[in-house]
Amino acid sequence: MKNNMMTVVLASAFSMLAVASTVVFAGPAEDQASFQKYFKDRFKETEFGDFQNGVYSIHEDSRQQWEDIEEFPPYELAIERGEEMWDEAFKNGKTYADCLGKEVSKIRARYPHYDEKNKTVVTLEGDINKCRVDNDEKKLGWKKGAIADLSAYIAFEGRDEPVNVKRPESEGELEWYNKGKQFFYAKRGQLNMACADCHVYYSGRRVRSETLSPALGHTTHWPVYRSKWGSMGTLHRRYAGCNNNIRAKAFDAQSDEYKALEYFQTFMSNGLAFNGPGARK
Amino acid sequence: MQNLYRALSVAALFGALMAPMGLATADEAQVIKEGKAIAFNKTKGNCIACHMMDGGDMPGNIGPPLIAMKARFPDLAKLREQISDARGMNPNTIMPPFGTHGILTEAELDKLVVYIQSL
Ligand code: HEC
Ligand code: HEC
Repeated sequence: MKNNMMTVVLASAFSMLAVASTVVFAGPAEDQASFQKYFKDRFKETEFGDFQNGVYSIHEDSRQQWEDIEEFPPYELAIERGEEMWDEAFKNGKTYADCLGKEVSKIRARYPHYDEKNKTVVTLEGDINKCRVDNDEKKLGWKKGAIADLSAYIAFEGRDEPVNVKRPESEGELEWYNKGKQFFYAKRGQLNMACADCHVYYSGRRVRSETLSPALGHTTHWPVYRSKWGSMGTLHRRYAGCNNNIRAKAFDAQSDEYKALEYFQTFMSNGLAFNGPGARK
Repeated sequence: MQNLYRALSVAALFGALMAPMGLATADEAQVIKEGKAIAFNKTKGNCIACHMMDGGDMPGNIGPPLIAMKARFPDLAKLREQISDARGMNPNTIMPPFGTHGILTEAELDKLVVYIQSL
């Protein structure tokens, strides 16, 4: 009896240790594996590479409609305008290529990344505006308009490059990663909902008539032409929209909160391919 | 006796907020009608975003259908608690805490609950 008790006590001590150690060691790599497995299990019929197509990867009914739209993509004009921006020199004679590199197809997939020197996450839109400011040009608005045009051109040229955010390891990387992760899973707003509520636990279900997209692949296809907006918008514009919908205070585009969220979400989507710009309802 | 019991239970429904005069004359049909309007109002209950409900088109399917409520929630107070703060039953619920977060007022909840129980 006493022996038995001892075994029980020891066993539970071990299992507690086991729990504690998974908590301690569950880092970005484990998070990513279980995140991706969750969606593979939840949507068995969806090919992994298809998750970059958002809700259309899991919803047959709207897929055909979307494919029809993609025949004459509503973002085409934005790409053209973006290309003009790319080719046109600033007043000082420099161009975006001097900041972002001459090989346009390689730009999109470099973002987001952590910048050790400045201890922050750098996004494509962030570097576009940095380039402008460094060359004595005015910053563009963050959410739509010219910044989305240029971003659309860069995304289009960078299609099919793999999503491959470096695994967060350094103290700074982990801090930003955890900040984004925490944001994603935290309840907020008067309606008290987390991103994960709608885009993980109830993904595939409907809010009214809207099917909820899986969070896997959320960041691959930006900027997006959204019919509801009637224009192009950046990822952070969409983030703000989802925050407003749950009556939470939206953060500014390119705030630390949204940069961290983009960093976390894109790392979760490693292994997919960039496929922007996109078209959505 | 019947009347007294009815007055008491209605009093419990409406809580102390309602003036005693209103109680005896409260018309249940009217309460249900107002409760329904609250349930379907997009900025108030908007229950249909997640629940199938009688009389609503294109309901969401996040929560269970709201049917046979009297059989499943005979206790009005329990039903009110579920709607006021669903975290009591499921701490991680996606359902908004309508009472606790002030999405609905106490008076609105009172009417809504009567309507929901009638489904
Ligand atoms: C009340 C449910 C709800 C919550 C909570 C929510 N969203 Fe959404 N979200 C939607 C709906 C509905 C759509 C449009 C349909 C779709 O693509 O999922 C959407 C769309 C999106 C999209 C665009 C998907 C695409 O393929 O273009 C992104 C990205 C997104 N949400 C991120 C988030 C993030 C991050 C959070 C938390 C800050 C969040 N959402 C919170 C309901 C929600
Ligand atoms: C964002 C989604 C959402 C909204 C909006 C919502 N609910 Fe719910 N509701 C749920 C879910 C999910 C459950 C299942 C239990 C749980 O997870 O808490 C539930 C459970 C319930 C239950 C218990 C049902 C049962 O069979 O046990 C009732 C009653 C209910 N909701 C009523 C309402 C009413 C009334 C409203 C509007 C005022 C409402 N709900 C709005 C998601 C929602």
